[in-house]
Amino acid sequence: MSIIEIKNLTKIYDGSTVEVRAVDHIDLSFEQGEFTAVVGPSGSGKTTFLNMLGGLDAPTEGEVIIDNVDIWQLNSRKRIDFRLHNIGFVFQAYNLLPVLTAKENVELIMELQRRPKEERTERALSLLEAVGLGDRVDSRPSKLSGGQQQRVAVARALASRPKFILADEPTANLDSKSTENLLDIMENLNKEENITFIFSTHDARVMKKARRIVTLEDGKILSDEIKQP
Amino acid sequence: MNSNLKLAWRNLWRNRGRTLITVASVFFGVLLSTVMSSMQEGSYSSMIDNVVRFYSGYMQIHHENYWEDKTINNTFVVNDSLLEIIQNDPYITNYTPRLETFALASSEDKTRGSMVIGIDPERENSVTQLKKWINKGEYLKLRDDGVLLGYDLAKYIDLDVGDTLVLVGQGYHGISAFGKYPVRGILKFASPDLNRQTVYMELSNAQRLYGTGNRLTAMVLMIESQDMLNRAMKSLKKKLFPPYSVMSWSEMSPEILQLIEGDRAGAAMTKGILYLLVGFGIFGTVMMMVLERRRELGVLVAIGMQKGKLALILFYETILIGLIGVLAGFAGSVPVIAYFFNHPIVLSGSAAETMIQMGLEPLMYFSWAPEVFYVQVITVFAMTVVVAFYPVSKAFGLKVHEALRA
Repeated sequence: MSIIEIKNLTKIYDGSTVEVRAVDHIDLSFEQGEFTAVVGPSGSGKTTFLNMLGGLDAPTEGEVIIDNVDIWQLNSRKRIDFRLHNIGFVFQAYNLLPVLTAKENVELIMELQRRPKEERTERALSLLEAVGLGDRVDSRPSKLSGGQQQRVAVARALASRPKFILADEPTANLDSKSTENLLDIMENLNKEENITFIFSTHDARVMKKARRIVTLEDGKILSDEIKQP
Repeated sequence: MNSNLKLAWRNLWRNRGRTLITVASVFFGVLLSTVMSSMQEGSYSSMIDNVVRFYSGYMQIHHENYWEDKTINNTFVVNDSLLEIIQNDPYITNYTPRLETFALASSEDKTRGSMVIGIDPERENSVTQLKKWINKGEYLKLRDDGVLLGYDLAKYIDLDVGDTLVLVGQGYHGISAFGKYPVRGILKFASPDLNRQTVYMELSNAQRLYGTGNRLTAMVLMIESQDMLNRAMKSLKKKLFPPYSVMSWSEMSPEILQLIEGDRAGAAMTKGILYLLVGFGIFGTVMMMVLERRRELGVLVAIGMQKGKLALILFYETILIGLIGVLAGFAGSVPVIAYFFNHPIVLSGSAAETMIQMGLEPLMYFSWAPEVFYVQVITVFAMTVVVAFYPVSKAFGLKVHEALRA
């Protein structure tokens, strides 16, 4: 059963002389537990597509329906709240809060959800353990390597118990060992806990792990390939 | 600690040097404006105090027409009920009666116009410390038939202690007024005007000279302090009816009040510029804090932080900078002002001479009044609150996808 339905999704940027169709009439759906890579050359519309899917950038046209809710029909306040409870984000540049420790970064999202303190602490610790950072819970981001920071970012994305995780080029800033490590963690979470991952990438190693590859070009779907197990 | 506050506090110290410089600018802003206000208000209080204690008192009761037409015909009788009102008034701490008019003061060869002031010697001294200006001879006693002369007047008409002064003038309702009086003492005031023209005599002598019976031109009233003047005026005005009227020192000497108001306006502009500099200092820091964290702010909203909560955190950050600076400025100004309050600056040179000529003590006083402190603290803090609306507006106007690309 689909957890995300995308219908006729379009994004047009009005340039000074010519309009740019960053995403052009895309229809797509995602099932629970998918491990999908959205790929394509630079400027193909991957990030814009993911931003609209995550409720961050408004489409010019079309619908994004998540669990029967058209997120672009919600007002800004409700959409932020929807993101908080339903979507986890992992960014290319990690984007952890530098003034918070790894544990506090993970707890923050649960605090926004007004979860009890005990639950927040317990879950933050167990998620950091799961991403292999059980011994770095009190470290601030500046004391962690890029790969470790991205693993904290994954733990933060998982903390809110989202329906799916959107990751925009999550391995772009990582070395090969860290990339391998992160992909293993994401793949395990996907397989063992049936967590849905949708990520944009250029990275061949990521594409190799993905079980579905959606290729975009000029804002349109060039191919949608599901790998056979 | 509240999580928003905790986050704001930590964010504040991300760039410790910048935050400290901004806090220091607020600190010096508050310190300078407080010390400046204290010095200003201290000088005004000293000026008012000098005017009031030197001659006019805080308030005076006159005949209702006297101030418009200062003749001896516009005098009033002090009856028991008026005395009762004065003595029972909760604000009045002291009073002294006066009969003031003009006369020609003559010696054997010379004559000059003079201001004759009939006084109760003891009461007058307790209000204006007249006795301290005696330069030669002695002060008047009760029922004394002698006079005290201003220094320059005595010099001009060539009279000394023990000589006889002749006064010629017009008395109550046009009667002739003349008399001769032994000179008991010479007064040397700081004010050249008073030296040039004053003749003090015992009140009953003056009343006899001018044929006024027990009439006065003024009853000079003292109260505890300037702060109580408005209340005291209101209280007395309720009890006095024509032909009496009451005036405050500021109504009698509006030029002093205008001088103070003019000076206050000038100082307000200086302080305004100081506040503006401090305000721009805070604004610059806050603007940097917001701009350099644009992506981070975008991430926070992306992961689910409401813009209102983000705005509150940014608001707290600005307020904390202001609060630390304001409290430090307040704490720093207290000992400075306490010291100068107890040790006024002694002026020297031409500044001191000018003040002495104006009849003022050559000292720069400082005020310890609460408003000296809280007005600056509130003003600078209010400015911080205004500046804090900049990050708030930025938080509410944040476009997440654009911020993420920053």
